[in-house]
Amino acid sequence: MRPRIILLLVIAAFASVSFCFTGHPEAAWPLAQLDDYLLNILLMAGINVILAVSLNMVNGYTGQFSLGHAGFMAVGAYGSAAITQIQGKVLLETFGFLGAAAPVFLFSLAVLAGGILAALAGLAVGLPSLRLKGDYLAIVTLGFGEIIRVMLQNTESLGGARGLTGIPPRTTLGWTWAIAALSVYCVGSLVRSTYGRGFLAVRDDEIAAEAMGIHTTAYKVTAFVVGSFFAGLAGALYAHMICYISPEGFSFMKSVDVVVMVILGGMGSTAGVTLAAIGLTFLNEVLRQMQEYRMVAFSLLLIVLMITRPQGLIGDLARFLPGRRRLKP
Amino acid sequence: MNEFLQQLINGLSLGAIYALIALGYTMVYGVLRFINFAHGDVFMVGAFSAMYAARWMAPHTAAWPQWLSALCVLGAAMLLCALLGILVERLAYKPLRERPRLTVLITAIGVSQLLEYTAQLVFGAAPRGFPSLITTRSIAGLGGLHLSNIQALVLLVSALLLAGLHFIVMRTRMGLAMRAMSLNPTAAMLMGVNNSVVISFTFGLGSALAAAAAVFYASLYQAIDPFMGVMPGMKAFVAAVLGGIGSLPGAMAGGLILGVLETLVVGYSGLLGISPGYRDAVAFVLLILILLFKPSGLFGKLQREKV
Repeated sequence: MRPRIILLLVIAAFASVSFCFTGHPEAAWPLAQLDDYLLNILLMAGINVILAVSLNMVNGYTGQFSLGHAGFMAVGAYGSAAITQIQGKVLLETFGFLGAAAPVFLFSLAVLAGGILAALAGLAVGLPSLRLKGDYLAIVTLGFGEIIRVMLQNTESLGGARGLTGIPPRTTLGWTWAIAALSVYCVGSLVRSTYGRGFLAVRDDEIAAEAMGIHTTAYKVTAFVVGSFFAGLAGALYAHMICYISPEGFSFMKSVDVVVMVILGGMGSTAGVTLAAIGLTFLNEVLRQMQEYRMVAFSLLLIVLMITRPQGLIGDLARFLPGRRRLKP
Repeated sequence: MNEFLQQLINGLSLGAIYALIALGYTMVYGVLRFINFAHGDVFMVGAFSAMYAARWMAPHTAAWPQWLSALCVLGAAMLLCALLGILVERLAYKPLRERPRLTVLITAIGVSQLLEYTAQLVFGAAPRGFPSLITTRSIAGLGGLHLSNIQALVLLVSALLLAGLHFIVMRTRMGLAMRAMSLNPTAAMLMGVNNSVVISFTFGLGSALAAAAAVFYASLYQAIDPFMGVMPGMKAFVAAVLGGIGSLPGAMAGGLILGVLETLVVGYSGLLGISPGYRDAVAFVLLILILLFKPSGLFGKLQREKV
């Protein structure tokens, strides 16, 4: 079996098991009580997997360096919170006929809306900026991320700089890991499809790809939109897990965090990136006592890694797993 | 009209600071073809080193005239940052000379984070007060215009530094080597230009200018913190792109235009019907517009991609 399928099975199994772990006191299955701290770490790990896998679609497989992932996450977070918090009461009454299922239905609607809004934002950002290359694109995506943040900061109806409080806690382990599995599946099968080879071609040599008749801009925008969509889903899950969002939480630093996961895992390796996202989330918790040293160590690691192993820590190790189809040149 | 002139003065002194930082980006881009993401953080280190230099020198220079001790602080900060810039280049960027540009860009992000978080570790995260090197007083201008002596000095010293830079680049052998390298690195090497020395010199020069900008910035705003370099750094990059990256007059013009534009947007935000909070967005909107309509910038040359 290919590692991607193994990974997918593991995550899917985890997701289906975790549907029983609600973490709420009134859990259906009393044995399945998780302590809150661990629950939060597992939720965060799932959200980070979605973020890293979706950014890998853009940065890893298509070779376009985006530094604005936190911006799309913010669009998803605010978009979904607008449905469940700001318009929550009205909409709950509208869907009152669903009875007890109404909040869950509203939440799923909000998550989907968050994803779609982020995808639209991705389209709006991608269309003009993806004509640029390399470091210019990095700066422009960074700029767009910052513009989104500044706009949120100055929109009073969304809480402005104070942020938005009172978002209902709806994110569960099941939701998070099901979406994580979905993102791994979607990105993995998209890239491995006949159509998807175009992404790799754009990454490997854009001029050659264009000469072979690949519509490079369309591919780049597609990758960007898919990546933004999942970032929006992650943002929606994050908003309904933390219950409080503020523009500061989606700054450039957050984008860099995700970039570090992708680089550590190895650009263009879904398995590596997934492992890196989970690993870094746990490492963050282990090192929480040494907060200041942690960031210094991570940045040093990034520099040393780029000099000695630019393919990432985990990236090409997956190649040694049995039965792996070679995809890289 | 008076208010407009006042905004113009404020904008020009901010723009001079952006221009000084932008020169560092544009020079490094000229010789190495990459964006030194950590440049904004060298600017931050410049502010902190000036603060400590001022503190250490205070007992020894108490008897000196104020302008002389301020000049010493400025010189110390510029020297320290030049050394830091050269060190960063040697340790982090030199091993990556022949690697893809993205690898170098990611390393630069790493260096930027390293500087920020090390500064946070050493100096603490809270903003610190910057000592006033020169007592602020208002130079009463024409018709109720307000121009502080610091603003005037910022403009004057920046102009002197720019003139010095122009001399180095246009009139010295090292400047000639820098120009040769930005035209064609391989040919320059074949003509006997020592790549490593020129690159180190460029980093040192750019970082020293960033340190000068930091001293001015800190004197105007009087507070410094480990993340102060992020925004001015990014805006200065926008200024460099606006002027055409790789072009020295472009970076100066771009910095001044951006500074004035930003101040005007904040000053007339009521008239434009937007919140002054959009200040930080001005630069990025400008960046996107330039890259869409004139990617080579105002003074840059269009480069065609060859296979």
